[in-house]
Amino acid sequence: MSSTAEPKAPPVNRAGLTVKEYGGLKSTLCVGCGHDVITRQITQALYEMSVPPYKVAKMSGIGCSSKTTAYFADRGHGFNAVHGRMPAVATGAMMVNPSLLAIGVSGDGDTASIGAGQFVHLLRRNVPMVYIVENNGVYGLTKGQFSATADVGSRLKTGAVNDLPAIDLCAMAIELGCGYVARSFSGDMKQLVALLKGAMAHRGTALLDVVSPCVTFNNHDSSTKSYKWAKDHEIPIHEIGFVPYYEEISVDYDPGTTQDVVLHDGSHIRLRKLRADYDATDKGKALALCMEAQQKTEFLTGLIYVEPAKKDFLELSGVGGQPIVELPESRLRPPKKALDEIMESLK
Amino acid sequence: MSTAVLEEKHSESAGRTPVINDFSIHVATANGSGSMSSNSILMRAIFQMGIPVSGKNLFPSNIQGLPTWFTIRASKEGFIARRRDVGVLICMNPETAHEDVRTVAPGAAVIYEESLKLDTLRSDVVYYPVPFQKLVLELVQDGKLRRLAVNMIYVGVAAWLLGLDMAEIEKAVAKQFKSKAAAVEINMKAIRGGLEWAEKNLTKRDPFRLERMNATAGKIIIEGNAATAIGCMMAGVQFLAWYPITPSSSLAEALIDYAGRYRIDPETGEPTMSMVQAEDELAALGMVLGAGWAGARAMTTTSGPGISLMSEFTGLGYYAEVPAVIVDVQRVGPSTGLPTRTMQGDITSTYYLSHGDAKHILLLPGSVEECYTMAMDAFDLAERFQTPVFLMTDLDLGMNNWMADPLPFSDRPLDRGKVLRTKEELDAHIAKFKEFARYRDVDGDGIPWRTLPGFIDASAATYFTRGSGHSERAHYTERPNDYKNNMDRLARKLETAKKHVPGPVVSDGSGSRVGIIAYGSSDFAVEEARVILGRKGMKTDYLRPRALPFTPAVAAFIAAHERVYVIDQNRDGQMYDLLRLEIGGNTDKLRSIRHYDGFPLDAETVIEGIEAGEKK
Repeated sequence: MSSTAEPKAPPVNRAGLTVKEYGGLKSTLCVGCGHDVITRQITQALYEMSVPPYKVAKMSGIGCSSKTTAYFADRGHGFNAVHGRMPAVATGAMMVNPSLLAIGVSGDGDTASIGAGQFVHLLRRNVPMVYIVENNGVYGLTKGQFSATADVGSRLKTGAVNDLPAIDLCAMAIELGCGYVARSFSGDMKQLVALLKGAMAHRGTALLDVVSPCVTFNNHDSSTKSYKWAKDHEIPIHEIGFVPYYEEISVDYDPGTTQDVVLHDGSHIRLRKLRADYDATDKGKALALCMEAQQKTEFLTGLIYVEPAKKDFLELSGVGGQPIVELPESRLRPPKKALDEIMESLK
Repeated sequence: MSTAVLEEKHSESAGRTPVINDFSIHVATANGSGSMSSNSILMRAIFQMGIPVSGKNLFPSNIQGLPTWFTIRASKEGFIARRRDVGVLICMNPETAHEDVRTVAPGAAVIYEESLKLDTLRSDVVYYPVPFQKLVLELVQDGKLRRLAVNMIYVGVAAWLLGLDMAEIEKAVAKQFKSKAAAVEINMKAIRGGLEWAEKNLTKRDPFRLERMNATAGKIIIEGNAATAIGCMMAGVQFLAWYPITPSSSLAEALIDYAGRYRIDPETGEPTMSMVQAEDELAALGMVLGAGWAGARAMTTTSGPGISLMSEFTGLGYYAEVPAVIVDVQRVGPSTGLPTRTMQGDITSTYYLSHGDAKHILLLPGSVEECYTMAMDAFDLAERFQTPVFLMTDLDLGMNNWMADPLPFSDRPLDRGKVLRTKEELDAHIAKFKEFARYRDVDGDGIPWRTLPGFIDASAATYFTRGSGHSERAHYTERPNDYKNNMDRLARKLETAKKHVPGPVVSDGSGSRVGIIAYGSSDFAVEEARVILGRKGMKTDYLRPRALPFTPAVAAFIAAHERVYVIDQNRDGQMYDLLRLEIGGNTDKLRSIRHYDGFPLDAETVIEGIEAGEKK
């Protein structure tokens, strides 16, 4: 008998899966890209949430960000739609099979310009999905043009200056009734993974606007989407703890310093306040916070707004619990007497 | 007035040859004046008298005020295409009255509001001035209702003039107002008032008469859009996304209405389909592709402008191979102009819709029955071929009233195509073909197998859906051979489709060297034209393609005839062009007849076109 110890088995989650089993293909993005860091956090969050990987529907549009859905959860189906139109495809899929967990990954070009119309209506409808914007202020895949989230005064490597105001995706989402609105930074992994887990537990659209520096085209000193700028300027509005529904949670917390939010599935988000009197369930305060950050060019991160009881689009549409896609022919085709009745009315 | 006096008054027109059950009634009103109910009642009463009838609404893009016309054609021979000449004109719109009178056929009967003083416009028509405004004041006490009720008075006048059976009118009124007693009473009072006034004051001097027949027993009257909606519902559609656009909105609305009644699961009480009114047509097709990818029978309905917006997503659906059903109720051109007029305008652009190489399956229904059956075919074909399928109707077919046989129930099982739904099916597939490769042609027909998201818990089941650049295993690739192989397989798939699409309807027994090719709603006018040409001694053969790509029978028909007239309801001869492009061979024998004034095709246009061609 060999005396060598057996290699230590990697840890598994409640689904009996290792974190590796939530992985995907090797990234083809630039070395050091913020997007790859986000991909790792998505992988980690799926693992920690014990999501059955075959139930993950990975949705994306076009751009560097949209490529990343191939880099995680390859035991789930993926759909690389056309530029800016991922929300529609996700909406159709979820309307017939809400048993899926839709994870959408988009970019600032995909979401704030060509896809702005669809993004607006996705939020308005509250389609159940996690929608991550990997926000770097430029179009990476077409080599560095400004996007609509670039701050006024920011410069391209060519020296061109952006004169147009940035679209604040979080403010827009709050305005449109999104029930889970967060801003984060790809460099803040702890915060990001907690926000992702909360987003996965949330019912309805969960928006994560994540600053994710483009190392090739927008990581220079005059950029407000660079690693250095984000690191130097990030101000978390709270520390975020996520407690899944199946774990016991301590009943005691100080409401003066901590806010407890119970999500639809019974999970809790515990927000330890870093800004006095900030209430993430107060829409007015959330919008005021966004405006203040814009005015002062502050980079405030955290769960800006949460409204866990909001009805999602399926509920609003009166679609029932059983996925329509699973119904057999016998339940889909009305009987002959239905047709006869219609014909009689037309005679 | 007694019946005897009525007969005496009517007999004054006896000198002329009576025209029985073979003329058009043209009602000119202002849009939004509520004339639609009156026109429906007129049409339905004729239908109930057993006389074949059709109704066409020639309406403006407007809610209130602009001129609108409704044409009712009675035809003892069963011709239900638009008829060019007007026999009976009912002039209710002062704005168009002069023009309306000038355009009717000589000998026409003209009923008009007497204050318009139209009787000096020409001398070869028969005038019936009626004091509609005065009558409505007497007949209807409620001032708000007068605007609508005035239109019922012309129903009464027409009933007297043409010999419409009042019992049938009463039945039609009850149906129109769903037996709401108050509405039935007010409207019947106005109709009777019109009839009684006409009896007392008018003398019939025109030849047009309606007489009871027995040619409509068991028939229905239906709009093509409703027939399509019923077909979609019976095909088990699971998802509808749509954006309002004339002339397709009424299709979506009919489906929503029918599904609310007949697509509620009796066991759970839950709907068995979901619906979204999208933010635009682009999103509508995106949603349909999402639902189709997820495994649902999914559809959208639109018209030309929407088709243009769907171009990119259509290409993605073609390359990614996602089933989708798209109904195109065709109309005239972009933006403002003639959005409420009919056209076969999108045949060419839709067949090739997308950037990159693409050809799609198009179905071309030629009747309300085919709107229904081809809606069901469209879902089977979309899932069989994993691709967007277009059902090309038009405004004339979709929004006008057509007499038809009741739509038959189909118990043909739904063709859900090559889908691996369970672990067992996946394992059997892998045992047979070594692996599941999403885009591999394992059966030699160009059609690969697919799995659905969230159905099978196995890594062998999943794949990544994307555009043109993918290998057989759905991996991203830019390798020349991978791209070319995929494109060649897609071409093979379209070849296979030729064996599955509805074949043409061919009538080629005449021995004539003259052939006609027409499609869609042109069928009614073409069949009528063939009968009339036959009476004049010209026999014709006829082929009506019902789908693109063309089946071999189309080429055979062209080869077998010396001259083939291709009828299009568009300026550029889109079908004519497609035949020359797709069939090849001797295309000199193809001759193009093009009708493009916004109104539905009539038989005269076809006859004139063929006669002119044959004289050459």
